[in-house]
Amino acid sequence: MTALQKDRKRGPAPAHAAPAAPTKKPALRRRTTRRHRWFTPWLYLLIPLTLLVAFTYLPILDMFGYSVTDWDGVSPTSENVGAANYTELFTRPELFKVFLVSGVYLVASFVQIAAALWFATVLSFDTRFRNLFKGILFFPYLVNGVAIGFVFLYFFQPGGTLDSLLNLLGYHGRLMWLGDPDLVNKSLAGVSVWRYMGLNMVLFLGAIQSIPGHLYEAASLDGANRWQQFRHIIAPSIKPIISLSVILAISGSLAVFEIPYIMTGGANGSQTFVIQTVNLAFKFDKVGLASASAVVLLALILLVTWIQRRLVPEERVELS
Amino acid sequence: MRRGWVAVAAATMVVLTACSSQGGASSSSAATAAADPAKVAGSITVLTNRTDQIKDGSLKKYADEFATVYPNVKVKFEGLTDYEGETKIRMNTENYGDVLLIPDNVSITQYPTFFAPLGDSGELSKTYNWTDYSTVKGKVYGLANFGTATGLVYNKAVWKQAGVTEWPKSPQEFIDDLKAIKAKTQATPYYTNYKDAWPLQKWTDNIGGPSCNQSGKDKLATTAEPWAAGQDLNAIDGLLYTTVHEKLSEDDPTTTNWEKSKTLLGTGRIGTMLLGSWAVPQMQAAAKAAGGSADDIGFMPFPQATGGKLCTVLQPDYKYAVNVHSKNKEAARAWIDWYLNKSGSAAAEQAVSSVKGSALPESLKPFETQGVTLLLGQTQENAATISRIDKGSEIGLNTPDYRQKLVDIARGAATGDMNSYFADLDKKWSAAQKTVAG
Repeated sequence: MTALQKDRKRGPAPAHAAPAAPTKKPALRRRTTRRHRWFTPWLYLLIPLTLLVAFTYLPILDMFGYSVTDWDGVSPTSENVGAANYTELFTRPELFKVFLVSGVYLVASFVQIAAALWFATVLSFDTRFRNLFKGILFFPYLVNGVAIGFVFLYFFQPGGTLDSLLNLLGYHGRLMWLGDPDLVNKSLAGVSVWRYMGLNMVLFLGAIQSIPGHLYEAASLDGANRWQQFRHIIAPSIKPIISLSVILAISGSLAVFEIPYIMTGGANGSQTFVIQTVNLAFKFDKVGLASASAVVLLALILLVTWIQRRLVPEERVELS
Repeated sequence: MRRGWVAVAAATMVVLTACSSQGGASSSSAATAAADPAKVAGSITVLTNRTDQIKDGSLKKYADEFATVYPNVKVKFEGLTDYEGETKIRMNTENYGDVLLIPDNVSITQYPTFFAPLGDSGELSKTYNWTDYSTVKGKVYGLANFGTATGLVYNKAVWKQAGVTEWPKSPQEFIDDLKAIKAKTQATPYYTNYKDAWPLQKWTDNIGGPSCNQSGKDKLATTAEPWAAGQDLNAIDGLLYTTVHEKLSEDDPTTTNWEKSKTLLGTGRIGTMLLGSWAVPQMQAAAKAAGGSADDIGFMPFPQATGGKLCTVLQPDYKYAVNVHSKNKEAARAWIDWYLNKSGSAAAEQAVSSVKGSALPESLKPFETQGVTLLLGQTQENAATISRIDKGSEIGLNTPDYRQKLVDIARGAATGDMNSYFADLDKKWSAAQKTVAG
């Protein structure tokens, strides 16, 4: 989820590079300025906007359309059933039970943010090999999600990497990391923390590095230790990024998909809302109902974000 | 603000121009065979799930042989790794190859919308088996290349070491045999392949086996409680439940591995897996590759005898169909006819050819000598109704999820027991049945 949102934000970037008018000769400049009509930047935006509309907004519109039909996914015709899909969705509470699984991921994502914050702070000071560590910590985020799923399947196997590792540390118990219904979601959430922690860390790191160095100098002259510097300089300065991370964490944990889908296929009580939606659409041919639940998920995420924005209003942080 | 309006305008523009034309199928002409091979011309695309056969060149070899008979037809293959998923999505357009395998999850009632009729069922059923699996209103829309027997692949050496030489004839005997394997050998008696999930689907193929009833599957349409005692699904899923519940399967089903399981069975570290007879050559190859012996791989029918005789259902594999939008229907049909009758591909797969009167493959010879009743498929009169009930109830007889849950319950990882789960399934089934009937 986070990756997607990031990509979308990156969409209209070429616009900034656009109006680089040549400025060699005054006469030439006059002509070019005349040719640069108001729509010139939009021409550059055309491609990213078309992509955005074609692959984000149109599908969402279509999804709204499907959610009021009983389309089965292949047949060329479908009936309009009005709000029947939504009624069905809300009269079957078992369809919302899967959000309990999201709770595990939510808790894990706070662990993730805390760890990311810690690493980012440590690595923003003069630490030996800090660039190497930055690279190591960010690396998992660059690996393809499918590959991660397969790697961790071996990792969690009985007698697999994790068990051998624990053996070395003197723990000889046999835990079924994916087979035990109490453990499966925690294991999967652990994978997701491992994967996305680096991204959070890089975001925090970027924000921390924008803090002017003289603030630390002044603080250490006043005798502030590292914790006090973090508490009173770093944390307040990067507050917007932290609150963004929390929003992404919550919406991300409501929409967990790829890691559990690849590793367990939603078996053994690891089914999430999105996996359930995919099953409804592609296993039981209820594309209408599945679209309706996707709409509900979208609404839910918007709602959570809105509430959060109300509770923690956006504010400009002044750094001086 | 202006930026917002332009975005909206752009969106509207794209909406207006991108509105797809959902034209109905214009041509519904039949895909008939031409009398003179030299007159058939055109280029056809064949969608296939056998990416391995594209890679090792065996499909190319078939196409070359085909070209000697039909010199003016060009055959191209398109291999799809996720065949079911991709084909189904492509079927929303007109571009899904000329010849394709009918995806399992396309309901039989939709066949006329997507595929060209291949001929009358009265006529085709004289030559081919399993035509009723794709017959709608007397017309056949798909022909299987081959069929396979349902049953259990097992390692003969392991079973022998456990002191079992006879095929089990009841679920109880089967469980006892597995217990003997657990006690006397190092092997895991049964392997569920839970993680890869689709092998769990294969249990459904056995419907009709326990009761030795050619219309066992059709009965589901009218049975309110298919998991009640005495029903086929009770015997099938009950056997799976007991096997797992008695701890006769692998310790951690959530980390199984299909590719590895072939080697494990081939080398005697797994005793048994429920699959189809199509799995035998794959297991033999894996056994040989791992230094074992291909002769160790055996195949037995579902362990429930009716009147003292074991019974197995011969299921058709994927059915070949011609795209209703194809521009080269004659060429497409020529390929299907040649591939089914002349290519010898069914024999190469050690499968039962769909052409009537073909010999049984080697792996099924023991079935003949042991007097196993071979049911030539299931009658398909209620196939559409059953599919509607199945999907309406969200049970998914052809999806692995409900059996994964069964395994979870059996090994104590989910709440409930066999009876409560069966009652739950029955309840869902009969509820959906009422909405379909009414």
